[in-house]
Amino acid sequence: MQAFGHTITDTEIRTLFANAQGWEARYKELIKLAKQLPALDAADKIEANAIHGCESQAWLVSEVNVQGLWQLHCDSDARIVKGLMAVVLAALNNKTAEQIQAFDMEAYFADILLLNHLSPSRGNGLRAVVTAIKQSCAL
Amino acid sequence: MPLDIDTLRLDFPILAHTVNGQPLVYLDNAATTQKPRAVLDALNHYYQSQNANVHRAAHALSGQATQAFEAARAKVARFINALDDRQVIWTRGTTEAINLVAYSFGMHSLKANDEILLSTMEHHANIVPWQQVAAATGAIIKVIPLATDAELDMEAAAALFSTRTKLLAVSHISNALGAINPIKQLIAMAKAVGAVTLIDGAQAVGHFPVDVQALDCDFYVFSGHKMFGPTGIGVLYGKRELLEAMPPWQTGGEMIKKVSFEQTSFGELPFKFEAGTPNIAGAIGLGAGIDYLSGLDRAAIAKHEQALMAQLLAGLNAMPEVRIIGRPQAGAVSFVINEVHPQDVATLLDMQGIAVRTGHHCAMPLMQALDLPQGTIRASIAFYNSADDITALLAGLDKAREFF
Repeated sequence: MQAFGHTITDTEIRTLFANAQGWEARYKELIKLAKQLPALDAADKIEANAIHGCESQAWLVSEVNVQGLWQLHCDSDARIVKGLMAVVLAALNNKTAEQIQAFDMEAYFADILLLNHLSPSRGNGLRAVVTAIKQSCAL
Repeated sequence: MPLDIDTLRLDFPILAHTVNGQPLVYLDNAATTQKPRAVLDALNHYYQSQNANVHRAAHALSGQATQAFEAARAKVARFINALDDRQVIWTRGTTEAINLVAYSFGMHSLKANDEILLSTMEHHANIVPWQQVAAATGAIIKVIPLATDAELDMEAAAALFSTRTKLLAVSHISNALGAINPIKQLIAMAKAVGAVTLIDGAQAVGHFPVDVQALDCDFYVFSGHKMFGPTGIGVLYGKRELLEAMPPWQTGGEMIKKVSFEQTSFGELPFKFEAGTPNIAGAIGLGAGIDYLSGLDRAAIAKHEQALMAQLLAGLNAMPEVRIIGRPQAGAVSFVINEVHPQDVATLLDMQGIAVRTGHHCAMPLMQALDLPQGTIRASIAFYNSADDITALLAGLDKAREFF
């Protein structure tokens, strides 16, 4: 099981970034987080799981467990995008559909000073990732 | 005399901006160039003092607007050495100019089994319209492959030309690789078999003088915004007899001679291809851009750009993890860094105020041929770039590499 959303939560992420001084430290954290997010199986990296709107390749696999908690798996071939995905999963993974829909992603990314990545104009497609998660876990 | 780049840069107000708290280092000129104050002033002047529709109204402002609009056409004609102003058709840009040729010339002149010859280096804008023509007419698309070092394989090209070849559509400079294609040779090969030629000059016109008569191409297309002019304006140059023979593409106002509900007769060149109210401000702005460019020592500019290119290539060659793609000659340099996704590099450069482009550069078949599924990092220069910009990019790349 991946740590994000289970042992690493959005609270941990906020603390991590509060302690990261300057953009270089923040991006180094993102790359470290990317290393901690397990890769998707090659068999899951298929068109049906692909998220479009990214200059890099990105995939999302989602399933709901018997407790009604969504188990989300993301991967990207770009490390900063993957680190951003880890940040998202820390907040949304292992949550109910209601919790996922209610989570204020904009405020979260503003807190950790990475809000510009959620902008629709950014080619990294993080917004598309968040939209894809919310759609797959629609109430 | 060497160019005084510091003074020239003052003509481009945006270059004084900061991005992410850093001075802007703009190296995405192949996507769009920045605009000199002369162009910004021309746009402003048109809307403040001349704004009226062209060619129709019987009042003074319309007359002034028409005069400025047509003067801009004449400037473009001189700029590319066209014989006649009427051979300059305004379009929204390179893409629309290619579509105009595809839908007017291609759809009506090509038939089943005629061959359209493209190159592996083409931008999607010079591929997709021809695919539409091929699908509708039964024409066949053939593609000039790459030789080693990502240049066009001219031996293979020679073998592809035949009496079935009816059209050659090829870029002057590759937007993705900065390679200057041997278009004079290709045009000669096309003429030998009686094929019509279209040259996509979008990446060329901002870097060196282009002479359509010397090239002897049938069509030459480019965009204003890649040569220091406004967006939304571009040019189709065509040989007179071809343009005369081609049917209108878009129809409506401005392009007609006489309309009744029974029938319509179409206007003369260039108006028969300019339906609707044109981008008047854009054309005037492009004219101002041409004046600006023509006022500079273009030989000195080309030399300065070559020096920047040499500095960039030397710097990249000194980085062991960097691989330069092909042999860049003008404008753009594409490269990859071992094990690092181009987008990650661009993000880290952006944080340092450095603007580059990454990905497939709208040339997916080229990236496929080069086996670069993640695309490349592309740094593209204009004459207003300085040696300091290149130094900043190289230092920015050094910093980005530390992250991985």
